Amino acid sequence: MSDQIKQATQEYATRLGDDSVVLGHRISEWVSYGPFLEEDIAYGNVALDYIGRARMFYAYAAELADDGRDEDDFAYMRNDREYRNLLLMELPKGDFAYSQVRQLFADVYYTLMLPELLQSKDETLSAIAAKAIKETKYHLRRSRDWVLRLGDGTEESHQRTQKALDQLWGYTHELFDMDETEQLLADAGIGVDVAKLRDSWLKMVSDILTEATLTVPEDSWAVRGGRIGYHTENLGICSLRCRLCTVHILAVSGN
Amino acid sequence: MPEDQYQRLQQRSAADVKELWDLLDAIKDPEIPALSIWDLGILRDVQRNGDQVIVTITPTYSGCPAMDNITTDVIQLLNDHGYSDATVKLSLSPAWSSEWMSAEGRKKLREYGVAPPEDAGLDDDGLTPDAHAACPHCRSRNTRRISEFGSTACKALFQCDDCGEPFDYFKKI
Repeated sequence: MSDQIKQATQEYATRLGDDSVVLGHRISEWVSYGPFLEEDIAYGNVALDYIGRARMFYAYAAELADDGRDEDDFAYMRNDREYRNLLLMELPKGDFAYSQVRQLFADVYYTLMLPELLQSKDETLSAIAAKAIKETKYHLRRSRDWVLRLGDGTEESHQRTQKALDQLWGYTHELFDMDETEQLLADAGIGVDVAKLRDSWLKMVSDILTEATLTVPEDSWAVRGGRIGYHTENLGICSLRCRLCTVHILAVSGN
Repeated sequence: MPEDQYQRLQQRSAADVKELWDLLDAIKDPEIPALSIWDLGILRDVQRNGDQVIVTITPTYSGCPAMDNITTDVIQLLNDHGYSDATVKLSLSPAWSSEWMSAEGRKKLREYGVAPPEDAGLDDDGLTPDAHAACPHCRSRNTRRISEFGSTACKALFQCDDCGEPFDYFKKI
């Protein structure tokens, strides 16, 4: 592996780890707030799958970095600007409809992206994808069911779900952006060319939304920046990362 | 016997460190203490190079929190039996499959009150169906799924409409 490819792969594994840890944490915020016990447990399970993926991606990034840092250092000991997660993942949990719509967007995305990553020439990335694919099938069935149920439910659940769609739609464009690092890896057969997934994603999501009697929003606005470290205020030290990192930092500092 | 289970048995019986495989039968899954890591298919390989013992395990699900416990338990057990240089390696590929669970493990699981993977069919998408997993308590098929995700990532929750008991079903993956 050339130095350039190695460095890009480390960055890529870190990005995928950041997506997983941030979304996993957001999902976990539903634990004890779910609408009923089984749903509470389901959220806990899905969160755990994402945290597990994050561990695998970070462990690989740490192995490639080979500078004494471990997976925890990647997860907890970087500042906000060093986080490279997609903005969609860091948005607050909102109401139940908002979280389920975000989850549907993410689940359809991973349903398309992971089989591509499975084909990666990088054995570790491929192995992580192989595990995650199986889990994502279950995640998608649940988020799809909920969006159908909420969209085609009561007047209020329909209205809230449509509102969530309209509020989240502009964050989905970033999912399909490629930059130099990802293009380099896609050309080398290591990373996924996510730009090519947008049409299939739109088709799958639109079919579900239409069945749920919801309106597919127009592409009238887009927010980007997660991959270069420009985050919304929701990731910052006063919100998500504060809860995510404080315990770890206190533990390692021995306080 | 399914091919995967046959291969695992062959691997174990052909191993030159049979006593270590046997010793590791003492390591139970902390979430399902009726089953050993061999029964569940988490134990993938045991190697010995001189004084060093290397045990390879694989997680059932990405975030399975039992992996850290199992690692600690394996090292402790080997140390207690005089293998001071013991390492546990985590292997991700091939990804764990419920097919790897031993025949004995499936029986023990049912006796423990958890329906093993083969006690339900699959729906059209190859996922857990919404009904008819066999109840491990009364064996009725008059059951329905009440949650996609059970008390751990590897299980779904069902309820029996004959005996009334809720039960865990170990998902096929």
